[in-house]
Amino acid sequence: MARLFKARVAAMAVAGMAAAMSLALPATSDAQQKAAPAAGGKGEQFFPVLVYRTGAYAPNGTPWANGFVDYLKLVNAQGGINGVKITWEECETGYATDRGVECYERLKTKPFVAAVQPLSTGITYALTDKAPTDKIPLVTAGYGRSESVEGEAFPWNFPLMGTYWDAADVLVQHVGKLNGGLDKLKGKKIALVYHDSPFGKEPIALLQERAKLHGFELITLPVTHPGVEQKAAWLQIRQNRPDYVFLWGWGVMNSTALREAVATGYPRDKMYGVWWAAAEPDVLPVGADAKGYNGLALQHGAGRAKVHNDILATLHAKGQGTGPQEEVGTVLYTRGLISAMLSVEGVRQAQLRYGAKPLTGEQVRYGLENLNLDAKRIDGLGLGGVMKPLATNCRDHAGARSARIQQWDGTKWVFTSDFYEADNQIIKPMIKNAAQRYVTEKKLTMRSCADEIAAAAKAATPVAAPAAVKTAPAAKK
Amino acid sequence: MLYRENGQFKVSYAEDQQILPIVQDRWFMLALLAFAYLVMPAIASDYMFLSLVTPFLILAIAAIGLNILVGYCGQISLGTAAFMAVGAYAGYNLVIRVPALNFIVVLVLSGGIAALFGILFGIPSLRIKGLYLAVATLAAQFFVDWMFARVKWFTNYSSSGSVSTPTLEMFGWTMDTPVEKYLFVLSVAVVMTLAAKNLVRGHIGRSWMAIRDMDVAAEVIGIRPLYAKLSAFAVSSFYAGVAGALWGFIRLGAWEPLAFNINLSLNLLFMIIIGGMGSLLGSYFGAAFIVMLPILLNQVPGALGIEMSTALASHLEAMIFGSLIVFFLIVEPHGLARLWQIGKEKLRLWPFPH
Repeated sequence: MARLFKARVAAMAVAGMAAAMSLALPATSDAQQKAAPAAGGKGEQFFPVLVYRTGAYAPNGTPWANGFVDYLKLVNAQGGINGVKITWEECETGYATDRGVECYERLKTKPFVAAVQPLSTGITYALTDKAPTDKIPLVTAGYGRSESVEGEAFPWNFPLMGTYWDAADVLVQHVGKLNGGLDKLKGKKIALVYHDSPFGKEPIALLQERAKLHGFELITLPVTHPGVEQKAAWLQIRQNRPDYVFLWGWGVMNSTALREAVATGYPRDKMYGVWWAAAEPDVLPVGADAKGYNGLALQHGAGRAKVHNDILATLHAKGQGTGPQEEVGTVLYTRGLISAMLSVEGVRQAQLRYGAKPLTGEQVRYGLENLNLDAKRIDGLGLGGVMKPLATNCRDHAGARSARIQQWDGTKWVFTSDFYEADNQIIKPMIKNAAQRYVTEKKLTMRSCADEIAAAAKAATPVAAPAAVKTAPAAKK
Repeated sequence: MLYRENGQFKVSYAEDQQILPIVQDRWFMLALLAFAYLVMPAIASDYMFLSLVTPFLILAIAAIGLNILVGYCGQISLGTAAFMAVGAYAGYNLVIRVPALNFIVVLVLSGGIAALFGILFGIPSLRIKGLYLAVATLAAQFFVDWMFARVKWFTNYSSSGSVSTPTLEMFGWTMDTPVEKYLFVLSVAVVMTLAAKNLVRGHIGRSWMAIRDMDVAAEVIGIRPLYAKLSAFAVSSFYAGVAGALWGFIRLGAWEPLAFNINLSLNLLFMIIIGGMGSLLGSYFGAAFIVMLPILLNQVPGALGIEMSTALASHLEAMIFGSLIVFFLIVEPHGLARLWQIGKEKLRLWPFPH
């Protein structure tokens, strides 16, 4: 009896401690947050880093996160953004929307938050409503809401480098070209095997539009999270024998799909993955059977450019790299790196207007909306040959909408096509419609871009020497 | 010494039937409410409101709903998240299609629609019992998952299947700050807890408990199983539906069907098992344990200034959280509410235990 009593007392003590901790913890973290700006003297630019290094999506989420953080480290090693040091904090979302929102709420309270990149379309949807109130830009490079390209309706969203509608459009153009013209797609069957989440459903609208236009049959086959069970989808593929399979998967779902394709006897070279389903973790587990599998490249493929060598020399050589050294230059690593670069360049652009000091999210938003990465600047960043020029404005928050096809040759990804440009004639009206619906549904009003574009054209100063920073006109708020 | 009911005589039926018969309990409850309404808004940060306290309160409402069904009526259900989803999507469609509706009306209607769903999926409970019923309620979960993912009308033809809610307005008051959201959810939770308390100690609750303890005996003393079981399903789903609408509108703001998947159902079941079956207080304890503890655990290394990789922190979070669940279940299988009870009994004898 006495022992039981003791156990209970111990249990209560633990419960009490937990309760005490629950009260004490947020208080201390608050205190730290408030103390942070003072510590850096004039303050630092903060980058929230939402990642997933655990769970079903970790094989793909980890290289992205490592690339992202490595780039931030590199910028700091090179003296920061015009002398402004970067700080960051990681938060594990596990690709779950509610945890992602929690991470966002946790990190947004830091001073001088530049921009948030959730690496999840589901989290993007949830944060789209929060960004305007918190005044923190939402950068979604290569994912997110397709209609958020429309800056008039989505001032805070930046789906830089292209959306899923662009991706789907490029894929249709490519298979059209293979058949000798888009009109030759009539009567063909295209199956879309997609992750049953906002991410996977995003391309359906465009593919339906294209199917109507060219008369091909679209078969949509959902795969539920986390995507290890796809027998039903591949049974349908076995029965319907589609001419092409588009794979909109993420994480372990991609390699599973390739294994199922092998089991079904579906030729891998008729399969096309979105740019999130065309990386090393997707094909390596399948081994030799993955050979011939095609995927989109979000401009960049695998391989090392100057920036990678800089990272290897300044970080990995000193043991300060975030992930394993071999990972540097893989597809998703580079994607993370470029994502970080886009945020950093947004800050740099905003500094031209507001001065070389830590900026608020609202000021960074201006920078992201007026990004202008020309070929020279991209070379300067060490990304020559990796990506094409990118320029955003108030109406166009993507800045670029081109992609090319790459193929897995058994050991590496090789480009097999030139750049395709997504067809604006089809996508523009869809974006307009969807953005208009969003605005009506949320009882918002669209802002007008005409003035902003004119003002931006006037204030435009070339991205150049730091001297420009001082002379930049302190334009009206 | 401090906590004993000596000298507190009940001289009327009304006094005897109070929810909290002991003066000290009443004072404690008043102090707790005063703390929640007056002190919390002053001391807590936006992060605490949005990510800790509000989700805790919303899931506590859902856990109360599940507790009514499982803890009081003995019908095991694995479909709570489905009923929450029905509430959330019903609320979304009401707001989108009838914009004039007051949000409180929307909440009640969402709960009502969820209750109808609950009755529908409760019908099998008249024939099957125990674990078999649990499997049957899984059908609700999968059906609802399928319905909201596939039937486009429910998501207003959103291209990605994700819906997002407009800002909430009622009586000319826009609810947008975290404190306002917290106070609103708190008020809903207080009202619904009070209603649940009165339900479970009244004749309806007694009929549920009779069914739970032995349904044949209950039938013999004149309780109609059809009525008792289906009313438990209806009330339980009503609570889940309201909680679902709050979860969608106030916690998430935008969601996809995945937000209400089987994991949430299981989490709610864990809440009432750890908190205490057949106890409203236990629903709160369980919700606090499941909602807040992982988030706090995740922040411990950072708060202590320990450099640790994000992955390791997450793994540690899962490990410690898991072992705490096992620990509490071994120490007190009847849940945290039972620990609370034991604490109160000890306090009555304190400082002179015999």
